[in-house]
Amino acid sequence: MAILQAKQDALAARIAGLTLVAGGWAGAARREALDRLTAMGLPAKRDEYWRYTDPSALITPEAPRAAVFDDSDEAPPFDMIDRVKLVFVDGVFDAAASDDPALAGVEIERLADAGGKDIHWAQGLYGVLEARGQNPVERPLAALNTAFATDGVLIRATGQAAKPIALIYRHISETSDALLHHCVKLEPGAELTVLESGPAAARFNKVLEVEVADGARFHHIRAQGRDHDRRAVTHIFARIGADALFKSFTLTANGRLTRNETVIELLGDDSVAHVAGASMGDGDFLHDDTVFITHAAERCESRQVFKKVLKHGATGVFQGKILVKQGAQKTDGYQISQSLLLDEDSQFLAKPELEIYADDVKCSHGSTSGAIDETALFYLRSRGVPKRIAQSLLVLAFLAEAIGEIADEAIAEDIRARLEGWLHRHES
Amino acid sequence: MLEIKNLHVKLQEEDKVILRGVDLSVEAGEVHAIMGPNGSGKSTLSYVLAGREGYEVTEGSARLAGEELLEMEPEARAAAGLFLAFQYPVEIPGVGNMTFLRTALNAQRKARGEEEMSAGDFLKLVREKARSLKIDADMLKRPVNVGFSGGEKKRNEILQMAILEPKMCILDETDSGLDVDAMKLVADGVNALRDAGRAFLVITHYQRLLDHIRPDVVHIMAGGRIVKTGGPDLALEVETNGYADLLAEVK
Repeated sequence: MAILQAKQDALAARIAGLTLVAGGWAGAARREALDRLTAMGLPAKRDEYWRYTDPSALITPEAPRAAVFDDSDEAPPFDMIDRVKLVFVDGVFDAAASDDPALAGVEIERLADAGGKDIHWAQGLYGVLEARGQNPVERPLAALNTAFATDGVLIRATGQAAKPIALIYRHISETSDALLHHCVKLEPGAELTVLESGPAAARFNKVLEVEVADGARFHHIRAQGRDHDRRAVTHIFARIGADALFKSFTLTANGRLTRNETVIELLGDDSVAHVAGASMGDGDFLHDDTVFITHAAERCESRQVFKKVLKHGATGVFQGKILVKQGAQKTDGYQISQSLLLDEDSQFLAKPELEIYADDVKCSHGSTSGAIDETALFYLRSRGVPKRIAQSLLVLAFLAEAIGEIADEAIAEDIRARLEGWLHRHES
Repeated sequence: MLEIKNLHVKLQEEDKVILRGVDLSVEAGEVHAIMGPNGSGKSTLSYVLAGREGYEVTEGSARLAGEELLEMEPEARAAAGLFLAFQYPVEIPGVGNMTFLRTALNAQRKARGEEEMSAGDFLKLVREKARSLKIDADMLKRPVNVGFSGGEKKRNEILQMAILEPKMCILDETDSGLDVDAMKLVADGVNALRDAGRAFLVITHYQRLLDHIRPDVVHIMAGGRIVKTGGPDLALEVETNGYADLLAEVK
């Protein structure tokens, strides 16, 4: 019990300075989350689920200092997309910098405003998907978020959204410690794109809970910002109905520590869930993708596509699981995690898992780690392509399968340009 | 055009000497063929000229239009007008054939201080060249050489050559793995590029290809050097009698 005690002590220290907002439907959800959290304590390095990623910097009472990075040499992500911008500065909503939420053609409310009401549609989501996601693996940092999130948005779409919603996270203070919690509900047949971008804070803990009802389609693309010192732990919890679509893509460039967890439940027949990521790390960088997809219905398709480019001692981590429950026949599950190591100092740690209880399913998984293909490099150079450009072409080719998961070609092109920019800046 | 003098090459990793004093001179407008048994150093010669890593030049020189090739990076050799059609064209998943062609062409033009070609002009050029090689739009859209048949890969090499318009073309066993029809198509592609300002070095095991691409000069390579040089008849002699008699005669 000494280990649990240490985890609970860490929790007590962590939350000593935080306020549990009482009142309203959200107050009740927060209290329940705190109960869950208290039983678990905070994660520790010895936890199996944190075997490759040291959570220390994510659980300290104060956020480790993070210098603010000047990224003005590049246009902001998704700048050319006609979108409704909602801006958070160090985790605080900035109404003046944001667009009128009504332009998105969906319901948008701030958690801070809506949480105090007696009843709200978000009651069925806020902390509910997170709580479901605590089993079979504990995710205490998500429960911490539910209990103490300072703000977030509650989005409900009943039809086709007029424009994508862009959540823009600015980082100004070197010591900011942001906890944001968003809920997105797509009613039957609705379609919505949510874009996220920016470093958010010195330390960022974010939860996004998404319900995709029957026949609805949800697209999520994020670019996590180029701040090198920042640390982030994010969770996506998604519950997906029948004939529905869920697609999520994440670009991560730099960042000292990033843990992105995605927990998806396919509960209705004939649905599709794709989650993909491209990450680039140079130097003191650890990027961890932890994914858990549960197939609980028939004829669903899931894909996990994660590609990491690592150099100068950067570390990539992938923990991905496909769980096919009894009766989830005709499941089509695919999982690939690959790293391109640009030198011998970098490392990639992967733990792919399949757990299958149905007898008529197709599941495949693969994980590789390798260097640039010298033969291909010579072939390109022999045609006159300079070494630097040839290398970029090959790195982008390596990432192509992940970028290919982005349905919108304009957004894919934006992501590609950012990757090229990164490669150009990190040539040496 | 190409002037190779006393070229000695060994493998970098091991102490294995492969080329032992190659002398070869190819003038503009000429087609030379190099024939020789397995292991004679033919492919090594082509790789060394193109600048592949893993070889160490211990002696000698190779000049292209007066410029020392062996000092240059592979991309600079290409921009200077050298082209190697690979025996085994490389598959590059994720890089589109069109992107590859356009990047290569514009990089070469840039290196030579020329204007880059516009997307429209490039498309026109590729379509025209592709048509004569029976390369369809689908092949152009696919990633470089991925899922191409042996014949398609070789035709793709010739397409690159037609678009990049090099001065000195080296064809490394371009006939290997080709059926008769494909070989004819590839040879036609090469013949279409023959002109007074361009030279070819055709490396092959067999006389077959030389029926379609008529050489001016034929060299026999063995043991890392050119042991015999003659006219087109020399290739026929090899075809009839094999290398053994020829090599015995040289010794």
